[in-house]
Amino acid sequence: MTAPLLSLSGVTRSFGALRAVDDVTLDVPAGARHALIGPNGAGKSTLFKLVTGEMPVTAGRIRLAGQDVTRLSEPQRARRGISQTLQHSSLFLSQTVEQNVLLAAQRRHGSRHSPVPRRQAAARERTRALLADVGLADRATVPVAALSHGERRQVEVALALACEPTLLLLDEPAAGMSPAESARLVDLLRALPESVTVVVVEHDLDVVFALARSVTVLHLGRVLLTGTPDEVRGDTAVQEAYLGTGREALFLDGAGPARREVG
Amino acid sequence: MTVDSPPARGTPGATAAAGGTPRRRGSRPLAAVLGLVLLAVLAAVPLFVDPFGTNTLSRILVFALFAMSLDLLVGITGLPSLGHAAWFGIGAYTAGLVAEHWTAEGVVTVLLAAVAGAVGAAATGWLAVRSSGVFFLMLTLAIGELVHQLAQSADTVTGGSNGLFGIPSIRVAGTPLTLAGYVYWFVLAVVLLGALGLWLVSASPFGAALRGIRDNEARMRSLGYTPFRYKYAAFVLAGGFAGLAGGLFAGLVRIVNPSDAGFSTSALLLLAVILGGAGTLWGPALGAAVVVLVRDTYGPTLEGHGPLLLGVVFVLAVYLLPQGVAGLAGVRAGIGRRRPAREGSS
Repeated sequence: MTAPLLSLSGVTRSFGALRAVDDVTLDVPAGARHALIGPNGAGKSTLFKLVTGEMPVTAGRIRLAGQDVTRLSEPQRARRGISQTLQHSSLFLSQTVEQNVLLAAQRRHGSRHSPVPRRQAAARERTRALLADVGLADRATVPVAALSHGERRQVEVALALACEPTLLLLDEPAAGMSPAESARLVDLLRALPESVTVVVVEHDLDVVFALARSVTVLHLGRVLLTGTPDEVRGDTAVQEAYLGTGREALFLDGAGPARREVG
Repeated sequence: MTVDSPPARGTPGATAAAGGTPRRRGSRPLAAVLGLVLLAVLAAVPLFVDPFGTNTLSRILVFALFAMSLDLLVGITGLPSLGHAAWFGIGAYTAGLVAEHWTAEGVVTVLLAAVAGAVGAAATGWLAVRSSGVFFLMLTLAIGELVHQLAQSADTVTGGSNGLFGIPSIRVAGTPLTLAGYVYWFVLAVVLLGALGLWLVSASPFGAALRGIRDNEARMRSLGYTPFRYKYAAFVLAGGFAGLAGGLFAGLVRIVNPSDAGFSTSALLLLAVILGGAGTLWGPALGAAVVVLVRDTYGPTLEGHGPLLLGVVFVLAVYLLPQGVAGLAGVRAGIGRRRPAREGSS
């Protein structure tokens, strides 16, 4: 069997006495559609930051396609194929939608070091295709600052895909999207080729169960369970820790009533 | 912007198409005509203006290039520097010393000045660009003062506080340029080439990455860019272009003072960049013109109240033109931009 694309062993991150991520061991095989769920404060976003390299681990090892990347910087890991969308949109506000996506696309398709202007036809073509995919084809020349919250989420996704990742980390990609927008997002993510491995953190369980073929439940920084969506739904420990006691909190946080229609 | 043409990847010739943003497409012919008219007027200046006026315009051109080089740092990369005159001063002293001791050939002196500015920036930039915001401001201020002090204390080489004077006039192909008009044309040619260089950098994929770093450095890191390298390269480039301007200055004014490398010059220049509109290149060039005019031309006639007038101009500009002179041009474009945006969202 080949090495899993992403392999975490004993990954821990402490903030003082608090262990936000506590001894997480997790293998995500290539081509997986994997979801991370858990109540607020379970350490999902922190775990993502450890994988991308935005935050160093306190202990443990992170391997990408069999290679140890624990000590690599964030840009180095990004160049090895890790790409992400952030929970809170983090874009280049003074620039247009096209310029935003082009910044990501020119790294793979263009000549980003060139000190003189280039046509960058390949990068522009890719940008155009991605904007069409996420539903922003007619918004390409609009400054990102003028976009709605949901549209910015779509730019986030286009930006992440423009990096041509092998591992795509999505941190609550559907948060703040309208039902139509998040249905489109699910279709887009489902249509991604097997060469892209997707790990998604999402509060909207309809999106999770529509997309994921395997689910890991985190609780208080620890892995509670990894299994198929059906196993997770049927597990009593999960229901107690998360769906049972946490259900109200779960849907009051972030998810409006309209969003349950998705899926 | 059209991609239906065959994918001629990486042809440097297609500059205009790659450089601008689509929203500026409509105003491009107008801008081109305006640019050509301005170029013709600038080239014809010595034929109509007296030598004193020509000389003032030469100085404006030099400071315009200087301000544009600072704009590469401040407006495009988002690194506000308070020590940018250091590279200008290093370039000016280099050109002056080369002209005195070796050759006054204009092309040689200004190119060596540019190299000296870039080397100086490269030697200190690796430290400076690790910081940002106020810390970058303080570090560049310290570097600038260091160069200023060096120029003042190394009097056997630089002439100390008396300055480096008696710099021979610029030569082109062995002939000294004695008339103000010829010097002006030389300055104009070099400034235009320098401005073209800065514009190319700004419109390139590298320039796009610099703007990305200005807007959101953390996100650039997650996209796989290493911001340090880009900021360092921008710092060195800006130093090189400032050195080029300094080299021109030495050949034009033919005396270099330590204060040309000091804080007041840096501060005035930052004023020019903000006055003109950071991030546009042409805005800071206009800002430099305003600063030079107010300080050098109208300043002395106001019984030494030039700095006061400059202060008033600056306060007014900050209140009335928060995005500088360049912001005025953006008003029209802004209206045109907002309209389709609203249609799209409805």
